[in-house]
Amino acid sequence: MIAAREEILPALRAKLGNTIQEVFEKSPKRIYLQVKAEHIPQTSRILFKELEARFQIATGIDTPGAFEILYHWAFDLCNCVVTIKTKLDREKPEIESIATFCPAAEWIEREMWELLGITFKNHPDMRHLLLKDDWPEGRYPLRRDYNKDMT
Amino acid sequence: MPKKTIVPIGPYHPLQEEPEFFKLHVEGEKVVDLDIEIGYNHRGIEKLSESKSFEQSVFLVERVCGICSTSHPIACVQAIEDAGDVEVPERALYIRSIIGEFERIHSHMLWLGLAGHFLGFNTVWMWVWRYRENVLDVMEHITGNRNHYAMMKPGGVRRDIFSDDIPGIKKILDGLKKALALFRDAVIDDPVIHARTKGVGVLTRQQIIDYGAVGPTARASGVTIDVRKDHPHAAYGFVDWKVITAENGDVFDKTVVRILEMFESIAIIEQCLDKLKTVPGPVDSNPKEIKPGDGIGHYEAPRGEVFHYIRSDGTNRPVRHKVRAPSFMNVATDRVAVLGQSIADATIILAAVDPCYCCTERMMAIDTDKGKPALHSPDLLRLSQEKTARLQRELGTEGPKLDFGVFS
Repeated sequence: MIAAREEILPALRAKLGNTIQEVFEKSPKRIYLQVKAEHIPQTSRILFKELEARFQIATGIDTPGAFEILYHWAFDLCNCVVTIKTKLDREKPEIESIATFCPAAEWIEREMWELLGITFKNHPDMRHLLLKDDWPEGRYPLRRDYNKDMT
Repeated sequence: MPKKTIVPIGPYHPLQEEPEFFKLHVEGEKVVDLDIEIGYNHRGIEKLSESKSFEQSVFLVERVCGICSTSHPIACVQAIEDAGDVEVPERALYIRSIIGEFERIHSHMLWLGLAGHFLGFNTVWMWVWRYRENVLDVMEHITGNRNHYAMMKPGGVRRDIFSDDIPGIKKILDGLKKALALFRDAVIDDPVIHARTKGVGVLTRQQIIDYGAVGPTARASGVTIDVRKDHPHAAYGFVDWKVITAENGDVFDKTVVRILEMFESIAIIEQCLDKLKTVPGPVDSNPKEIKPGDGIGHYEAPRGEVFHYIRSDGTNRPVRHKVRAPSFMNVATDRVAVLGQSIADATIILAAVDPCYCCTERMMAIDTDKGKPALHSPDLLRLSQEKTARLQRELGTEGPKLDFGVFS
């Protein structure tokens, strides 16, 4: 358990080592880290189980170059939110599920799957969350080209 | 072998952003499994927000929820301010806290009234809602609306609170404190409420941590998290108040946490009102543009942490706007809370995390063998109320004593 804001970054560096590609401290309250998609399960496990951060939510973004996922972790004892960013291949967006050890992520991974079309491998219960069960396959409402599909 | 029955609860409830559809699997009286389906009222607010300017998106997220209609705007403007490094004048911070705490009081009173109704205490229901009206009147006086206050904007608030109004607001708070004290004593001492809610729908500390549950649901299980204290924002760092927690994680503790929290809210409002007398305006810094970047804003809504993420590309519109309501995390805990409990208690357990109620009033039990409704929502409500009446007869009590003669 981390009790002070100053300990967060050194602890992350010590645990994650050179899997961290980039560090950006936007303000004393907000830290952004970039890691590769294959390191997400390991990174999340360390944050959730060892550093005891609270999983707030994940944000999926459709950007021109790639799909991005941002995992937001709150350190409630030190007034800080750490966001782990990762980029996925545009053609084949897939990543390992973290819901296997972090039940809090189960629903949001289902949501990102159906709204953005990101595949979560080994998810315990992958089915539609918000959209209806007979929603056409391959139509992802939060993608940039969704409206183009409609016409 | 006992016959397995599925009790569908839902699917429609139009008020909150997450209408739930619960499929309660029961064996005899015991709940053995629960399926949760959401999405019946998905309105695509995140997608819509990408087509709005930053100022407009605040009005949009105000419509996410009718009850916590100022929690989403506060989190949203904080995310915009975080992305664009916008300064907020001190006076605006106090006004944000005042509006936010009034909202918490009216939301908790709404819950307390409905919890009373489900348990068969209609006196509690009527009286709590009568005092809730006073809170809504104050909001109407300050903002012009009983709900959907439209007070928040990036860089400050839209309206000031006038010094002339402060004595009147304080008088209403004094009356509210006396009324709340009566409810507190009635609930905490009543043996039937104990019998109906203690040890019912327990969530353990570890379950809260695993599911990332927030708000009173988490605090009733001994997890001391409150965004107002842990990540100080608005005026919460400038005033004196404490986080209410309890240890047992049952329905009783969730009730007690909510009731005691209302007293803290009143203390926060009173201190903020005093500060307004000395802290001068303006109440808005009028930011002209939002710099490119990521912004995160979170706020402790009555049901728990509201989370907003905004990505700005330097234009006047967000590239991405993520909204996470507290019920998204809390409703997922229902399954572990309701397993092994009796069907007469299911109503109050599913209501204990404070989701919206229209769903609970549309309950229906289907006999799986015959495929036709066996129990309707009034029946389930009746089951719950009858259990209370039976306990009252056994214990020889008449329910909470409420005498409001002196205040009405």
